[in-house]
Amino acid sequence: MLWRDNVKLGENSFMDTTPQTAEIILKASNIKKSFSGVVALDGVDLEIKKGEIHCLAGENGCGKSTLIKIISGVYGMDSGKIELNGHTYHKISPIDSIRNGVQVIYQDFSLFPNLSVMENLAYNTELAQKRTFVNWKRLRKIAEEAIRMIDFNIDLDQKVELLSIANRQQIAICRALINDAKLIIMDEPTTALTKKEVQNLFRIIKLLQVKGISILFVSHKIEEVFEISERLTILRNGKNVLACSTSEIDNQDFSYYMTGKKFEMSCYDPTIDYSATPILKVNNLSLKNGFNDISFSLYRGEILGITGLLGSGRTELALSLFGICPADSGSIELNGTDVKITSVFDAIQNGIGYVPDDRLTEGLFLDQAISDNIIVSNLENLSNKIGILDNKKRIAAIKEWLEKLSIKTSDPRDNVQTLSGGNQQRVVLSKWMSRNTAILILNGPTIGVDIGSKNEIHTILRSLAEKGVGILIISDDLPEILTTCNRILIMKHGNLMGRLKSSDISEMELARECISN
Amino acid sequence: MKHDALSSRKLQKNDNTLLNNLVVAAVILITMAILKSSKFFSFTNFQSMAYQLPQYGLMAFAMALAMISGGIDLSIVGMANLSSMIAALMMIKLANLIPNQNLIIYVIIISCLIAILIGLLCGLLNGLLISKIGIPPILATLGSMQLFSGVSIILSKGNAINRLPPLYAKIGNYALFNIVPLPLLIFILLALFVSFMLNKSAYGIKLYMVGSNTKAAKFSGLHVDKIIIQTYCLAGILSSVSGLIMMSRLNSAKSDYGQQYTLQCLLIAILGGVNPQGGHGKISNVMIAILIFQFLSSSINMFPYFSNFYKLLIWGIVLLGVMIWNKYSKSR
Amino acid sequence: MGKKRLGHEFYVFLAIVSLSLIIQARSGQFFTLNNIVDLMVSFIVPAIFAMCELIVIISGGMDVSFPAVASLSMFATTKILLSMDYTGNVFFAFLLSGSFGLIMGAINGALISIFNLPALIVTLGTQSIFMGILQGALNAQEIAEIPKVMFDFGNAKLFVAINPLNGLKSNMSSSILILFAVVIITYVFLHFTMWGRGVYAIGGDSNSAIRAGFKVKQIKFSIYCFVGIVAGIAGMTRVCMMQNCQPNNLIGMEMTVIAAVVLGGTSVKGGSGTIIGALLGTFLLTIISNSLLLLSIPTYWQSFFTGLIIIIGTGVTSFQLILSSHRLPSMRKSKNEA
Repeated sequence: MLWRDNVKLGENSFMDTTPQTAEIILKASNIKKSFSGVVALDGVDLEIKKGEIHCLAGENGCGKSTLIKIISGVYGMDSGKIELNGHTYHKISPIDSIRNGVQVIYQDFSLFPNLSVMENLAYNTELAQKRTFVNWKRLRKIAEEAIRMIDFNIDLDQKVELLSIANRQQIAICRALINDAKLIIMDEPTTALTKKEVQNLFRIIKLLQVKGISILFVSHKIEEVFEISERLTILRNGKNVLACSTSEIDNQDFSYYMTGKKFEMSCYDPTIDYSATPILKVNNLSLKNGFNDISFSLYRGEILGITGLLGSGRTELALSLFGICPADSGSIELNGTDVKITSVFDAIQNGIGYVPDDRLTEGLFLDQAISDNIIVSNLENLSNKIGILDNKKRIAAIKEWLEKLSIKTSDPRDNVQTLSGGNQQRVVLSKWMSRNTAILILNGPTIGVDIGSKNEIHTILRSLAEKGVGILIISDDLPEILTTCNRILIMKHGNLMGRLKSSDISEMELARECISN
Repeated sequence: MKHDALSSRKLQKNDNTLLNNLVVAAVILITMAILKSSKFFSFTNFQSMAYQLPQYGLMAFAMALAMISGGIDLSIVGMANLSSMIAALMMIKLANLIPNQNLIIYVIIISCLIAILIGLLCGLLNGLLISKIGIPPILATLGSMQLFSGVSIILSKGNAINRLPPLYAKIGNYALFNIVPLPLLIFILLALFVSFMLNKSAYGIKLYMVGSNTKAAKFSGLHVDKIIIQTYCLAGILSSVSGLIMMSRLNSAKSDYGQQYTLQCLLIAILGGVNPQGGHGKISNVMIAILIFQFLSSSINMFPYFSNFYKLLIWGIVLLGVMIWNKYSKSR
Repeated sequence: MGKKRLGHEFYVFLAIVSLSLIIQARSGQFFTLNNIVDLMVSFIVPAIFAMCELIVIISGGMDVSFPAVASLSMFATTKILLSMDYTGNVFFAFLLSGSFGLIMGAINGALISIFNLPALIVTLGTQSIFMGILQGALNAQEIAEIPKVMFDFGNAKLFVAINPLNGLKSNMSSSILILFAVVIITYVFLHFTMWGRGVYAIGGDSNSAIRAGFKVKQIKFSIYCFVGIVAGIAGMTRVCMMQNCQPNNLIGMEMTVIAAVVLGGTSVKGGSGTIIGALLGTFLLTIISNSLLLLSIPTYWQSFFTGLIIIIGTGVTSFQLILSSHRLPSMRKSKNEA
């Protein structure tokens, strides 16, 4: 089945290159799901064949996670049906799903960090067999068999908390395998992997395919989708947009289907006075095991993007500018004056703000009021010399930012947890904007944010840049970088490897730049 | 949007606790009214309660502050006793040196100030151990409790110090207009002060934030270490005043007075809606919890056949009952 | 982190050895057989408690009610046996005490596992209740004359150690066999049963434990039942060894036992901890409380030294953790799941 969205294809457009006779492992039909009146899935279909590598793509908030949780039985669907291995379900429980060979590897892997690799691999099986006593020899056998399946060489006695994310992911995959998986669903598996590790993962996925196991690979990254998957399904706003084989489509169409927008139209290209003193100038900044000899300038009116794969040092650079891990050597100039940044306090005093990528643990105080979250970084300006709060000022500040950033809430005294991702991110932004920061560094500014809020946040950032606030965006969301930033820096292995104007490059080329050596 | 409501920093969670506590307090008062009205609702009784309450009430606030910051302070009684012990020794020594009776008042004032300083220093130690060294609060204050008690024991060789200048006990038992005991006034003043700090100062907001999420606090530019140290120092000061009040009532200082108060203050704080994980808690609710405890305490004393220890029993049941009730009302 | 844990027990062992050498140097009496026997005898009851608390802390909880459980069990049992003029096997005394402990432990377990209330707070509450029953309802006073069977058991010795210098005799009480039994059972549970591995799993990540198929609620419940039974047995052991029943004797012990277990390398956050570590930590604190006399330090210095050791012991590990966490975010990848 094929859905297109206002786009005509050529006559010979062909849907399925996989032979029709291949067995269908999973068929989800017309799945609908709402949460408290908010529609998450509006009649979604998904079909996966045996031994197929299928990608489920879509922007944040499109419904991918919800669909997965329904397939694995964690959520119940409001309507629709799921066919697994020939069995039809209108209601599916986690046990049903597991019994039909569906294994989900979530982003947190569900491992025990304090236990050894061997134990993490073997306990699911032991528990399924209702064992009372532990036979360490038997555990080891199970574990050895598991890692053999994907040629994974790891010390079985190592404690999981000491392992890298890539290794932990492989352990999660092995565990899924020995539980007799027929369909392995991987939720954004490459988020925290380096390029090399991603390649290893793809090798493993191909190995699994040979064994006849299907993989549902959830991702929003263009380059990976095209490299590994055979067929893909794109969702947007809870609806199907496209399902076809990867060879049918090129990257331009892909972005279009993902976002519903042609991004060329909104590229940011302001006129910049490059002769003026830069707002921020970084000279030969280095940090051991982080980044090396970084130099760049940020001029008034610009939005500078820093991208690169994880491990490229981009986050470390941001944290260094913000004082969390101060650089070992090099200098930082703000408006031509040298500044020393050795702590977060220094950074903030110098007018630097940071919107972290992990909003929930680093950016917000979830169980505190929205109002408090807004003013928390600005308390000195809202209180008098001996530290007493000026209530009028406080209320005025809260009101101002709720309105300016259109933060939708019925009561600002509610916990910030009650807000949607987009509104939460606005609260984090307001925290810094209320301080009139001179420089704002944002790491993954629209992760977990719905499309509407995403655009509004980009608009806010643009207006800030126009007013003279220096904006640095760190992101691996290439369309975002290309539309919001006017200049891009590419980092690789801690070094600054490329400087480009965003108007000069396309997304595919940019992706290749990040990867190539 | 309820902008005008922003003027009060009301935290929604506590609505439940406040209600629960008021209900419990009402139940106790009504029961007493029925059973022992003449004895309970007498002036003597209320005055007696007013003298007892400040002895542990201030320590309950100390405990509450530590808990709001995300920690706990098990050393409050140790700090109280050490402070009063040192004050007592100072008072006696100085009183012996200065024969002039008119100057005794100054001796007392200086000794009390030194006691408060000791409380501050003890709190400082706690704060440093927890923030700079990184010892989990329960272990750090467990260790410091032993340490402070230990020093008290060493200074007193395990005995009670009781040849205090009589003026001290006189002051401690003084009642304004013959009605309101001085200790209660001190207690109310300090309660207002702490409440003011929490609700109206920048420190208050910072404390709640640090208790809620230390990492985000750091990323928001808050001086987490400084706030934690300030909090434990404040707890130390409150404990030392508590110790001075205890000493005035007992007219002596000993290293192991009020040992049961640690547990009681913890229970009072929790009953008063302070979340042990940090970030939430109001002084007004803790105050009500203190009142409930005092009513219970005094009530039980009125039944001669019920020993003092029934308090513990009832207290435990009340605590568990309230926690279960809170769980169910939250999940609805 | 795995390497560090191993190092931790080693450091405690080192501390024990150094302390012993210092005491020996000053008094010449430390490494005498009769002193060692005295130490072991003092060690028995705290070590039994330490085994219970170890399991609780590994599971991510904390139990402060066990001395109260032990006291109430031992008192109730002694009183009942006295009133019955019991002359049967002392085994029944332990059984009865353990049963009382089981009931109390089950109350803890139910509150913690079914209502999902934090363990520290629950056990604080139940501690109040049990002590209230003991001192209030039962109006417990010291029982000087205990049933003969218990008395005899308390007297039973494996061997006698005599100090050649001053003729002091120390009996190695047979009760140490109870400790051995508890240690062995704890070891078998923790290392050879899925129940025990479940304890570690829950302490590591209780959500993953549920997803993996561990019966988390049941395991949690049974942990506190186990603590209850063993606490009851420990209380009875105490009565027999001291040859009287002092209901307030064990109060306050909860904090030192917890400190001892943590000193031995168990993390308060749960998920890790070894029997050896807990025993070593307990032994270190036992040495301090017993040996001050040998050092001619007045006993009133004991509290001070205990506090100092706790602070130094926990301080060193905690500070190491802080230093290692100042490494870079590239390291934080392995700790930060998106």
